[in-house]
Amino acid sequence: MRYAMAVDTKKCVGCSDCVVACQTENNVPIGYCRDWVVEVTDGTYPQLELELRSERCNHCDNSPCVRCCPTGASHYEKGGIVTVTHNKCIGCGACITSCPYDARYSHPDGYVDKCTFCIHRVEKGLMPACVAACPTKCMYFGDLDDPKSPVSEILKTRKYKTLIPEAGTNPQLFFLI
Amino acid sequence: MREEIIVSGRMNPNIDPYLHIWHWQIPLYLFLGGLAAGILFFAAYFVIRGKEKEYPTAVNLAPLIVPILLILGLFALFLDLKHKLFFWRLYTVIRLESPMSWGAWTLMIITPISFIWAALNIRQVFPRWDWKYKWLKDLEAFFVKYKVVLAWVTIFYAVILGVYTGILFSAFNARPLWNTSILGPLFLVSGMSTGAATIILFSRNHEERKSIARTDLLLIGIELFLIVHMFMGFLASTQVQIDSANLFLGGPFTAAFWMLVVAIGLILPAILESLELFKFRIPYYIPPILVIFGGIMLRFILAYAGQMSRWLY
Ligand code: SF4
Ligand code: SF4
Repeated sequence: MRYAMAVDTKKCVGCSDCVVACQTENNVPIGYCRDWVVEVTDGTYPQLELELRSERCNHCDNSPCVRCCPTGASHYEKGGIVTVTHNKCIGCGACITSCPYDARYSHPDGYVDKCTFCIHRVEKGLMPACVAACPTKCMYFGDLDDPKSPVSEILKTRKYKTLIPEAGTNPQLFFLI
Repeated sequence: MREEIIVSGRMNPNIDPYLHIWHWQIPLYLFLGGLAAGILFFAAYFVIRGKEKEYPTAVNLAPLIVPILLILGLFALFLDLKHKLFFWRLYTVIRLESPMSWGAWTLMIITPISFIWAALNIRQVFPRWDWKYKWLKDLEAFFVKYKVVLAWVTIFYAVILGVYTGILFSAFNARPLWNTSILGPLFLVSGMSTGAATIILFSRNHEERKSIARTDLLLIGIELFLIVHMFMGFLASTQVQIDSANLFLGGPFTAAFWMLVVAIGLILPAILESLELFKFRIPYYIPPILVIFGGIMLRFILAYAGQMSRWLY
């Protein structure tokens, strides 16, 4: 099993509903966020290209954050989801420094926090909060090992990219282009 | 033209607009660790070479402060932790992939070793010191008898500790400025140089001072050589590393790095130490103080600049 997500940069309108859905679902402290929307503009007016990306932890297959954690608090859950066990984390910040995507933050309570792919929902067969909330249905989530899952289906038909693959983390968040 | 902005307004504290999760605690921890490693290295080295008589400060006096340095260092690390109540978790597992983990364990080993060195030399400060219990006296006799073995073990862990202070940074591929294996030897040599400087400061023996100063001059030379190589490596590398080197070549850290670390912390003490060798009279405490200052600055500037360096999307 390998959970992954695909985000359609052509369908996203940059409304940030995914961000609010995540903050509500996961009780993210005020002023913090686990996902965010990036707007990339290329060219000069009137020849402009726009790309909108809803980004979050890439749940990398080769995660530097898991490797550098001295206590094993950062670890792989089943399906490759990268999570932090709060009462094992000492808050040393090594994992925050190690993530090329700056996807982690230090929770005001001391431990390190980040996107969990809403593992508590996924275990119940639900979609992550951001995927469920997206008004344009631009996100696809599921098991890459299951050829019938929404994410496998869409990756078969569309071109996609990952962010900084050259950092060697093998990200599992795909952007449809 | 390309413009990239986060439109959902991400402003995670200490992460945005650029990473600053490690404040003064980590560079201080690395400095104290490197200094302790340097002092222990020289103490052990002169014992192995059988030169205890020629280098009384290096072997007998300087090791007395090492336990204090290491405890302060561990305390600085503790202050960096944001989930402090779970500190003990660090010592429930050994994770070799994580420098933070094996470094913490190295400290766990070298701190007791440094206590042994300090205990063996306690009479330098308290000449009438008495261990009171027989088993403590036996223990002391045991370590005195096997001092050379102790020295070999110490030198081994001192080198690991010195290298570790650099590896802690260089293991992060996410921060291109740190992601060079030169940081290991650079921090080791810099730690040894600050260790030598501390010995000079403590020494009342002119011959010892002169000889250690000569060693320090060599160490400063190696450091400069490593720094030049570090930049050559960066500039011949990918755009991410070129950009990270530019933090020091015109970027926000240029003046701080070249003035405080290279000019005041390396070149100036090297010139003064060379002049001393040619019999110019220079107050003996000035070059070592500059060296120690440079060692502190090297770590602080690299810690802050490294966190600012990043991959490009
Ligand atoms: S995106 Fe960052 S936090 Fe997420 S798994 Fe990869 S390295 Fe770890
Ligand atoms: S901050 Fe917590 S999760 Fe991150 S590396 Fe340190 S102990 Fe592990």
